[in-house]
Amino acid sequence: MRKYYLNYLDELESEAIFVLREVWAQFDNPVILFSGGKDSIVVAHLAKKAFYPSKIPFPLMHVDTGHNFPETIKFRDDTIKELGVQLIVGSVQESIDQGRVAEEQGKNATRNALQITTLLDAIEYNKIDCAIGGGRRDEEKARAKERFFSHRDDFGQWDPKNQRPELWNIFNGKHFEGEHFRAFPISNWTEMDVWNYIKRENIAIPSLYFAHEREVVWRQESWIPNSEYLVLEDHEEIVTKKIRFRTLGDITITGGIESDADTLEKIADEVSGMRKTERGNRSDDKRSESAMEDRKRQGYF
Amino acid sequence: MLDKNQLLRFTTAGSVDDGKSTLIGRLLYDSKSIFEDQLQAIENTSKKKGHDGVDLALFTDGLRDEREQGITIDVAYRYFTTPKRKFIIADTPGHIQYTRNMVTGASTANAAIILVDARHGVIEQTKRHSFIASLLQIPHVIVCINKMDLVDYAEESYNRVIDQFEEFSSKMLVKDVRFIPISALNGDNVVNRSENMDWYQGAPLLHTLETMHISSDINKVDTRFPVQTVLRPQSDEHRDYRGYAGRVASGIIRVGDEITALPSGFTSKIKSIDTFDKTLEEAYAPMSVSITLEDDIDIGRGDMIVRTKNQPETSQDIEVMLCWLNNSPAKPRAKYTIKHTSNDQKAMIKEVIYKYDINTLDRNKVDKDLKMNDISKVKIRTTKPLMVDPYRENRTTGSIILIDDATNETVAAGMII
Ligand SMILES: Nc1nc2c(ncn2[C@@H]2O[C@H](COP(=O)(O)OP(=O)(O)O)[C@@H](O)[C@H]2O)c(=O)[nH]1
Repeated sequence: MRKYYLNYLDELESEAIFVLREVWAQFDNPVILFSGGKDSIVVAHLAKKAFYPSKIPFPLMHVDTGHNFPETIKFRDDTIKELGVQLIVGSVQESIDQGRVAEEQGKNATRNALQITTLLDAIEYNKIDCAIGGGRRDEEKARAKERFFSHRDDFGQWDPKNQRPELWNIFNGKHFEGEHFRAFPISNWTEMDVWNYIKRENIAIPSLYFAHEREVVWRQESWIPNSEYLVLEDHEEIVTKKIRFRTLGDITITGGIESDADTLEKIADEVSGMRKTERGNRSDDKRSESAMEDRKRQGYF
Repeated sequence: MLDKNQLLRFTTAGSVDDGKSTLIGRLLYDSKSIFEDQLQAIENTSKKKGHDGVDLALFTDGLRDEREQGITIDVAYRYFTTPKRKFIIADTPGHIQYTRNMVTGASTANAAIILVDARHGVIEQTKRHSFIASLLQIPHVIVCINKMDLVDYAEESYNRVIDQFEEFSSKMLVKDVRFIPISALNGDNVVNRSENMDWYQGAPLLHTLETMHISSDINKVDTRFPVQTVLRPQSDEHRDYRGYAGRVASGIIRVGDEITALPSGFTSKIKSIDTFDKTLEEAYAPMSVSITLEDDIDIGRGDMIVRTKNQPETSQDIEVMLCWLNNSPAKPRAKYTIKHTSNDQKAMIKEVIYKYDINTLDRNKVDKDLKMNDISKVKIRTTKPLMVDPYRENRTTGSIILIDDATNETVAAGMII
C-alpha cells in the first residue's frame, strides 16, 4: 500500500509554506527579514517554493549594521538577483549619523542592540505590516514562546505575557494602524532540521559556514574574526586557524569554531554531534540570562 | 535521520508539582538533547538556589517572570529528536486558571501525557486534563504515574490509578489510553526500562512515543482543500497559470477528480497538482500544493475545493464547544469575527446551551456567562455560510476561533459539534 504520511522535513516545509501564504493573504505589505544567515536563507527558499510559479510577491529587507562580513553582503546581493525581488536596506550607520542612536563604547561594544531602532524605523518608514523572520523556538528560551504570528504594538514592542493564543493552524493577523506583526515560518525547526534541509535541497549558503582559514583572536571562548573593527587587548594575539561559523551576525561579535567541515554533509554530521548551542558563540547572548528576552521585548528580531 | 521519520507533537499536563518539568527535563537529558552550555546554566542556577544535584526542571523554565515566580504561565515549545522521530512538546501549565493554555497546546497535539502523582492517584485536575484531551480529540493519551519511587515501586499504586482513571473516563471519547509507571526524578521507564518494576511489562515512555502509530490520525477520507490564495504569475512563461494555493486539510486529491468549489457550487476537474519541485498525481494532508482546474471558475481565498461526491455541511448556524480565552467575558449577542480555515466572517453567539463546571464536569444550564477558561456549548450564527465538518471527524474544518473586533484579540476557540 502507498504511504500517505509526510516525513518530518516535508511536514516542516509544508507548515512553513502554509504560514508564508497566510502572511501574504492577511497582510498588505510584508517583507522577509534577510540577514544572509542560514535561517533567513531557508525562509527565502521556502518563500520561493510557496509562491511558485509566481515570484516571491514581496521584498527582502536587510538591517545593515555596517559591521558585516563582506561575504555576507555579496551573498545577499546575489540572492536578490536570483530571486528577482526588491531589496530594502535599513542602515544602522544612518541611524547613528542622524542621532537616532549612539554607538556603544568599550572593548565589547557592538551594534547589535542598535539594530532595534533601525529595524523599527525601517518598518515604519516602509509601512511594513508584517516582517517575516527566521527565528526558531529552539534557539533560546525567550523564543520558545513565540507565536507563528506575533503581535507588536505601535512602539514595535513584544508583550510576552499578553500574547494572542494560537490554536490549530488558524492565525490571527488582525491589527490596528501603526501596529505590525512578526511571522516565524520556521518556528518549529531546530538547528539540525535547518542543516538537514539545506543539505537535502542543496541550498546555497555563504562560504563562511564552511571551514576555511581565517585570522582570528580567542575571546569569550570562541574565535572572533580579525576585522577593521577589532580592538586588541594586550594579552590577545591574532592567529590563523581553520574555522567555520555556526551562525552569522556582526563580524565584531560572531565567534567561529575550529572545524574541518567543508561540505554540507560534514557540517550536518558535525552539528549532530555538537554539545553546545549555536548561540553560545554569540557574545550578544552572553550578557545576561535574559539578554534575548529584554531585546525581544523592545522589538528585536 | 531516515527519510521516513515522522514528526510527533505532544502536550504534557499535570498539576503543580506532579513532576512535569522534571519529566520533560529527563526526556531531553536522557535523549541527549540538552547542550553543555544549557546544562551549565541550569547547574549554576541549581547551585544558586541551593538544590542538591542538577534540577532538570529548571531546563524548561522560560520567561523571566516565570523564572522569578517559579511557575510556567504560557505554552512553551521544546524539541528533541531520536533516531526514530522528531518530537515537539507543547509544555503547558496545569493550574485551573490556565485551561486556555492547555487547550492551545492540545490543539495541535497527536498525543497527550497526563501526569498523576502515584501517592495521590487521580485527582480533579487529572479529570480536567483528560476532559480537555478528549474535547480536543487528541488521538493518544498516555497516563504517566509518576513518583513511583515514593510508593516503593508498588504495583498496587499503579493499578489503583488505572481503576480510578477507567471509572471516570468511560464517558469520554479517548480512543487510545496507555498507562506507564515512572519516576521522572530517577529516570525509571522514561527513556530506560526500570529495574525497580519487574511487574510492568509495557514499554518505557520514550519507546512508546517513538513507535505509536500516528499516520492514521489524519482523516484520509473526506477531501477538503481550503484555498489560501490564488497564484497568478506575471511572467511570460506562466502567463495563463491560475493556481489555487493551499494545504490539504484532509483526504486525498488526485488529478482528474471531479470537484466542487464551495460555496459557489461550480464544478470542474483537477487538472494538475503543482509544487516547486514537481507536479504530482496526488496530494494528501498536510501537503502544501497549488491546484489548477480544467475550467475557469471564480475561486478565491476562503473558498473550499472538495470532491463532488463527498461534501461538508454548508451552514450559517453551527453548534460549537467553545473555550473562552480572554480576560473580558463574552458580551451577550455581540458580533465577533469568526475564522474558520481560510475563511473570515462575522458571527454572533446566539445562545449558550450549557456550561461545563470544569471541576465536576457537570453541565450548568443556569450560569451561562462566558468567562475566561469556561468551556460551553453554544449556538453561533454567521453572516455567510461556512463549510464545516464535525470536529471529531476533522480537526481542521471542524475548528474555529472568535476575534473581538474592538481589540483584535483572539477571544475564543471552538470545536464544531
Ligand atoms: N521522588 C520524586 N520526586 C519527583 C519526581 N518527579 C518530580 N519530583 C519532584 O517533585 C517536585 C516538583 O517537580 P516539578 O517537575 O517541578 O513539577 P511540575 O510543577 O509538575 O513541573 C520537585 O521537587 C521534583 O524534584 C519523581 O519521580 N520522584
